[in-house]
Amino acid sequence: MKPHPPGSYPVVVVGSGPGGVQVAYWLRRMGIGYAHLSADERPGGMFQRFPVYQRLISWTKPYALEERGTEAYERYDWNSLIAEEPEHRALVAGLMDGSSYFPARSEMEAGIVSFVQKTSLPLRYGCRLTGTRRDDGDIVLETSDGDYKCRIAIFAIGATQPWKPAIPGFEDVPHYVEARPAREYAGKRVVIIGKRNSGFELADGLLPWARQILLASPRPATLSVTERSLVGARARYAQPYEDHVLAGGNVVLDVAIERVERGDGGYRVHARGTTHGGNLVLDADEVIAATGFQAPFSVLSGCEVATFNQGRLPAQTPYWESPSAPNIFFAGSITQGFGGLKKYGIPGNSAAVHGFRYNAGVMCRYIARERLGMPADDQEIAPAAVVDNLLRWVTKAPELWHQPSYLCRVIERRGASLVLGGCEPLAAFVDAPGDDAVAITIENNGKGDLYPAVYVRRDGRVTEHVLDPAPFHDFETPEHRAQLGTLVRPLLP
Amino acid sequence: MTGVDLADTFAGFALFADLPRHRLEALAHTFEEEWFAAGQRVVRQGFGGAGFYVILEGEAVVSVDGRERARLGRGDFFGELSVLLEEPPAADVTAASALRCATLAGPHLQDVLLDYPSISLRMLQAELRRLRASNQWQA
Repeated sequence: MKPHPPGSYPVVVVGSGPGGVQVAYWLRRMGIGYAHLSADERPGGMFQRFPVYQRLISWTKPYALEERGTEAYERYDWNSLIAEEPEHRALVAGLMDGSSYFPARSEMEAGIVSFVQKTSLPLRYGCRLTGTRRDDGDIVLETSDGDYKCRIAIFAIGATQPWKPAIPGFEDVPHYVEARPAREYAGKRVVIIGKRNSGFELADGLLPWARQILLASPRPATLSVTERSLVGARARYAQPYEDHVLAGGNVVLDVAIERVERGDGGYRVHARGTTHGGNLVLDADEVIAATGFQAPFSVLSGCEVATFNQGRLPAQTPYWESPSAPNIFFAGSITQGFGGLKKYGIPGNSAAVHGFRYNAGVMCRYIARERLGMPADDQEIAPAAVVDNLLRWVTKAPELWHQPSYLCRVIERRGASLVLGGCEPLAAFVDAPGDDAVAITIENNGKGDLYPAVYVRRDGRVTEHVLDPAPFHDFETPEHRAQLGTLVRPLLP
Repeated sequence: MTGVDLADTFAGFALFADLPRHRLEALAHTFEEEWFAAGQRVVRQGFGGAGFYVILEGEAVVSVDGRERARLGRGDFFGELSVLLEEPPAADVTAASALRCATLAGPHLQDVLLDYPSISLRMLQAELRRLRASNQWQA
């Protein structure tokens, strides 16, 4: 018997990639009634197919500075879903064959399947969402199995639909998702349009096969190691760039593509230089558009979900809710639609598993508290323990390291006592009114410095304070205790 | 509106006047797009690391210590003073309606101004107009 038959539920989750599975884990853990639907026949989402060349760009270190299975270890394992039970943690690390600290696609997929099996999460597979509508304040999800009525719908449907810009001739250009096995490009001249990770991934995969690779897009390539953040192509894919700068034969071009013509057995790409002027005509055997993805929104058209970025992402509040369609929430890679404070231009890491796996728990606690009226599990903390707790979090808490300046840990003043406020979006903490409180997170200034940033809310006004960086990022020092102690003293009873 | 190419939108703004299409396109790829709900803060007074923003759609309010000082609309920009002077913003900028912006990380604004002298000139003109207006208030 398939679980979660059509009917009424407080919450319905759609999608069985890592985002949907992580949300379902927390809903069940918190005792919230829900149905979990997926059009697929098994969990894994995009990792059933991608990356095209079969290895991830996010690492999992089987042997790390913290013991595998602890919460602190999550900082070194970007790929496993998170759980409170030690036996359900760090599953990807246990499935890797040791040939790389970047898991293979199949190892990542196995990690998600294993998580669903070990946690016995019920999922209704083969149930396709076909439309949505409002019904008297509730949301109705129309599916291939029938209608689901719910108060809250959470869409973890991935930003995985191919997106191509409206450039003449692009309709004949295969997208990244249609790239063929690398050996089929043997001896060919290949133009790859796009210089973000997917473009560099293809170029890297084709290095041993293609006669020549031309990586083309209007903006100069940025690399994570020079940007000192994940804004930029990852070091793992920098080899095509080195080939270009050392004149190895492959070329990285800053050009605006004007049109693409399909000819006998090949393509002609008409381009115009951006960094350097001039017109260019690129003749190629193959062209691939590594131009990005969009979320599949047509099914949500009945609920007026506002989108941006040429309709590719849904607009979202700091708790990943649609501002135009209340009670519709998002999970998984779509949560990149809320970029956070973007301090020094660095967004949260919500496009990737290591970031969005934490958004899921924050969102579920928000839904439980604010929408379902469930009591918060407030824990008191002694005034003498505040500074040590904050410094321990900022040194060890994985969600602060994976979502710097995006998520924060909070301690609130409630009357004469202090309460652990949990993990919250930093934007919600600094912009919403509230009791006197202190929040801490990691900040990256894009110059190679990582340091604690402290936000103190007093009488409704929030001030920002940064602490000193530290060797090895250990902030549990007497100097940091002294700095932080001065900041939090006015909040203490 | 959201389906319109960013380069096409930029083409209609005074800040980017004088730029040929291919330069506009490179510029558009340098910016990211962000969306803010009404009431959401975009730039926060006193917080480090703010960026540079150009309004694509909607309206924003500039306020200092909670007092409204100005309103900005489509084609207007903000954040440049904080970025170029490397000081925390002296004002809050808050979305007054649903607000769609093109945004540039602070460290990249200087590169853009050096690469595109015409944008520097247009920005200087806009700053001078703001200065003139503020001098008139004081007179």
